[in-house]
Amino acid sequence: MPIIEAEGLRKTYRSKDREVRALDGFDLAAEQGTVTGLLGPNGAGKTTAVKVLTTLIRPDRGIARVDGIDVGADPQAVRRIIGSSGQFAAVDENLTGLENLEMVGRLYHLGIRAARARAAELIELFDLTEAGDRPVKGFSGGMRRRIDLAGALVIHPKVLFLDEPTTGLDPRSRIALWGVIKELVADGTTVLLTTQYLEEADQLASSICVIDSGRVIARGTSDELKGRIGGHRIVITLVDAADSEQARLVLARHGDGEVSVGESGRDLEVPVRSGAPALHGALADLEAADIRLHDAGVRRPTLDDVFLTLTGHRAEEATT
Amino acid sequence: MTSTWLADGWTVTWRNMLKFRRSPDYVVFAVLQPIMFVLLFSQVYGGSIRVDGTNYTDYLMAGIFGQTVLFGATFSGFGMAQDLKDGIIDRFRTLPMSPSAVLVGRTNADLALNTISMVIMILTGLVVGWRFRGTVVEFLGGVALLLLFSYSFSWVMALLGMLVRSPEVINNAAFMVLFPLTFISNAFVQTQNLPGPLEAFANWNPVSALVQAARELFGNVGDAPVPDVFPMQHSVAMVVVGSALLLVVFVPLAVARYSRTTGR
Ligand SMILES: Nc1ncnc2c1ncn2[C@@H]1O[C@H](COP(=O)(O)OP(=O)(O)OP(=O)(O)O)[C@@H](O)[C@H]1O
Ligand SMILES: [Mg+2]
Repeated sequence: MPIIEAEGLRKTYRSKDREVRALDGFDLAAEQGTVTGLLGPNGAGKTTAVKVLTTLIRPDRGIARVDGIDVGADPQAVRRIIGSSGQFAAVDENLTGLENLEMVGRLYHLGIRAARARAAELIELFDLTEAGDRPVKGFSGGMRRRIDLAGALVIHPKVLFLDEPTTGLDPRSRIALWGVIKELVADGTTVLLTTQYLEEADQLASSICVIDSGRVIARGTSDELKGRIGGHRIVITLVDAADSEQARLVLARHGDGEVSVGESGRDLEVPVRSGAPALHGALADLEAADIRLHDAGVRRPTLDDVFLTLTGHRAEEATT
Repeated sequence: MTSTWLADGWTVTWRNMLKFRRSPDYVVFAVLQPIMFVLLFSQVYGGSIRVDGTNYTDYLMAGIFGQTVLFGATFSGFGMAQDLKDGIIDRFRTLPMSPSAVLVGRTNADLALNTISMVIMILTGLVVGWRFRGTVVEFLGGVALLLLFSYSFSWVMALLGMLVRSPEVINNAAFMVLFPLTFISNAFVQTQNLPGPLEAFANWNPVSALVQAARELFGNVGDAPVPDVFPMQHSVAMVVVGSALLLVVFVPLAVARYSRTTGR
């Protein structure tokens, strides 16, 4: 039985002048000990889905279960086994890092002594030792974020929900967090995380759900998804826009899909099956045709590409 | 679950008290403002305002007590709105804590703060010549009554704070509503000296009942006439019943609201 389940979730936000259907038939199933990544453009409904699963809001329709417990019927039982960190750090500005975590531990009913000990452990784990005794008020954004993430791990949660956990973290903290998550998963914790970065999902998630307009539009492993949108892309920048058409024909020959030409006529891009050989071939042909280049390279698909391919619009446009 | 609300409520109280200790605003409010009010009113107006049947300092103190506990309760609204704004409520709401604990902790901490203000006002009052003229039991009853009212009103403000969600709006609204309410009452002047419609308003104003009740229990009414309207004639009972009613109505409303509120 999946440890996280959502069936047909629907949630509509109503304000005076408009209605937003944040979730519209959202389904999800995650097996124990796995990491599921929710990917989606701004406004896709990722946070709303996490809020439903972490008992913060009730859906208008549909059912959500965590470890077999109906989230709507017994939220308190769900809260006992989950850890969560929302998109925006929920920490008390006037408390120190240690006090924040001690408070969370006490409210999980660990007892004062155990809560304090766990807080100290977490401060160390998240590399905040120097800052632990200062009020959060003076913390940088990334430090605040780390306190909030530590708050999600105060108990060893059965299920962990992380909403954009690495947004605002420097590369070092990001990689450290990935390490922490991997260790938890090795110990049997199930993780659901949202992210804007395909690379992050790549690193962590055994299964990825792409969300748009409140529902899952694609799911699979990261390799499966990448397969669907083409493995790599060749990108070139021309010196002279007049070469545009000729260059397009060359790329079309080597590529494995439609060539896109940027507005200036100088930036061209094409998906390819295997990066390096295709680039070699294309560069040779471009040189033979006497087309001068500013820049040429291979890049891996980004979240943007996933959206472009799966939804037909770019991530930024998706919100409007 | 029923046994956790005490422990959880205490944890949140502890957290709120830490907050008080670290924000100078609260110290100013709890310590300096009461001293200032007592000194200003007794020393500046004391000489020129005449009241029938007693001296102005004795008359004044119950008014300042009433005003302070009334404004003190608005901290609960401010605090809840601030917690929503900061998003910390979202953390609380995903923890397996008792659903009333955040509100219990809020109102408890604010009660503690108001108690401190109260003690400081009493001491300052004694310094400028105020005396309670009844028994010690009556005096303690008066203090308890003021704090009971403040505590009940805290729950009303906490609910408002969650509905309004903006600490600034709560502050301004409190000022705009409570200031006139305390000034058009018997807190600082005797109502029989007010112009007709204002006199009627002041006599039925709940703040007047609160102040009148404190004044009676502190033995500061002297020979001053008590307006012949029901709430003024039965002020102590009115405050006790009124506070109980506020609690009966607003505790469940606030807890229900809390259970479905989210931050950002
Ligand atoms: N409290 C709210 N009131 C009204 N509308 C809301 C509220 N919260 C979210 N929405 C709307 O619901 C939709 C989904 O929002 P949600 O926050 O779930 O998206 P998201 O995928 O997390 O986006 P992002 O990547 O920007 O975090 C958006 O259109 C948003 O404007
Ligand atoms: Mg979001």
